[in-house]
Amino acid sequence: MRAETEHPAARALIGRHRLRWWEPIPWLLAVAYFFLYPSYLGFGTELLIAILFALSLDMALGYAGILTLGHAAFFGAGAYTVGLLAFHGIWNEPLTSLALAALVAAVIGLASGLVLLRTQGLTLLMLTLCTMALLEEAANLGHEWTGSFDGLPGLPIPPLFGKFEFSPLYPTTQYVYALVVLFLCFLVVRTLIYSPFGQSLTGIRENTLRMHAVGAPVRVRLVTCYTISAAIAGIAGGLWAQTNAYVNLTTLSLDKAAAVFIMLILGGYGRLYGAFIGAVAYMALTHYLSKYYPTAWQLGLGILLVVIALFARNGILGIGEALLARWRTKRGSA
Amino acid sequence: MSTCLLETRALSRNFGALAAVQDVNFRLEAGARHALIGPNGAGKTTFINLLTGVLRPSDGQVLLKEQDVTAVPQADRVKLGIARTFQINRLFRGLTVLENVYIAVAERVGAATGMFHPAGARKDVIDEAMHLLARLRLDNDAHRRILELPYGRQRLVEIAIALGLRPEVLLLDEPAAGVPSAESHIILDAVGDLSEHIGVLIIEHDMDVVFRFAERITVMVGGKVFAEGTPKEIGADPAVRAVYLGQAGHG
Repeated sequence: MRAETEHPAARALIGRHRLRWWEPIPWLLAVAYFFLYPSYLGFGTELLIAILFALSLDMALGYAGILTLGHAAFFGAGAYTVGLLAFHGIWNEPLTSLALAALVAAVIGLASGLVLLRTQGLTLLMLTLCTMALLEEAANLGHEWTGSFDGLPGLPIPPLFGKFEFSPLYPTTQYVYALVVLFLCFLVVRTLIYSPFGQSLTGIRENTLRMHAVGAPVRVRLVTCYTISAAIAGIAGGLWAQTNAYVNLTTLSLDKAAAVFIMLILGGYGRLYGAFIGAVAYMALTHYLSKYYPTAWQLGLGILLVVIALFARNGILGIGEALLARWRTKRGSA
Repeated sequence: MSTCLLETRALSRNFGALAAVQDVNFRLEAGARHALIGPNGAGKTTFINLLTGVLRPSDGQVLLKEQDVTAVPQADRVKLGIARTFQINRLFRGLTVLENVYIAVAERVGAATGMFHPAGARKDVIDEAMHLLARLRLDNDAHRRILELPYGRQRLVEIAIALGLRPEVLLLDEPAAGVPSAESHIILDAVGDLSEHIGVLIIEHDMDVVFRFAERITVMVGGKVFAEGTPKEIGADPAVRAVYLGQAGHG
């Protein structure tokens, strides 16, 4: 009798976390971009941070099915942590500031998650929006500390490791720094997604009632996931504040939250690389649309979203998967 | 002498003015093969929901191994040894059959909190899940996603998930409903193979299944226990025939 783990289904589960041949491609492209477009590194840095933010949302929304439209709360919390500490001369060493940004965002994620994640669906959606709005209003009212609408400009961010300067004109440090942080966070997310914990998150997404019925502590799992996701969003926000050397209310805005939501829907949620494809597609689209149709560029984005919602629920990656599957069956039957 | 695994004392549940379950005293012994029958709306599924903790009773107690679990939430009752299947499939539809059972087994053995190793590294969990699937003759479908499976096969996954929890009390809510009769014996065989210490309570409309399987039958009507006895006693009871079996007999 053959061993059970020799079964194709078992082998697929045992090997599903292994690196696929195409997985290094995005990273190679990111490195190539550094050399090919040295004058667009500012845009590139922005893109890397957007990917990281979308990745954090994918963990909560795509994998655990936590319906949130307020993820900018954590992005902004991270950004303001870095901003407030640096602006008021308390602390500005880049790496530890980033760790603090993650910590603050995680604490807010934990505290709000404990309350919010008792609810589901539309109620949850509205409550995540409320959390974000509360933080935004707090940042708006705390004028003396946060500079309200004007934000905190000219943050003094010292060189990384005391050596690599964050130059606003030649943002090479920013780009490499953001790329390395993104890569490390990606490794963490990827490990979590393929772990038994990640498997239980997809179980909650697929059928919450059944998860209760197999004895899973559903709320503890969701709060844990939400907290980790918040921490990563906080890192993205902290990076944004450091690389731009300022922070303002847009980091906590609905615009920010909606943009990252759209990125993930465009790219395909629950797919790990959807964040990459979605962020690139969104940034490229908004860039070109606003260039050629400065007054009505959002219309193009809106139409694309309608098309995705109607015909391609799994986003751009989903379209690719469907085409690949069709090609495979065709080849198989031929 | 048999020990009592699961017991209810004067268990009641009202939905507004509707008394869905009224004053039910029920005992499930270790090793029991017990069937719960009754016409539609008799409160059978509500009763199961009270036993598993999906619903809280309006009145009365649920005892598991002589321990009062009336206030214990559903997930914790599973850890104490109650597992169930649902009348309507509740599966992880986008995941494969193997992943469905993996989730249940991982939860039971406490593997599901592992964050920093791949799910595939828990070969013990995969091994056990595959064994279960083989027992239910689902191994050839192990790699397929639930939504690709016919309904009858999905019912078997329901059973596999429940068995993956290694329960002491197994509650089966119409396990054979929607399963082609050629396959329903797979379910009964799997349940029949269970250890003698496990108490099984089955809700079923198919009287062939009930009389083949059960050693004891409880009849519920209008939220109350109407009759209880061996299949012989229940089959011969004229009152039961009038309210339930009589109707079925015409069909």
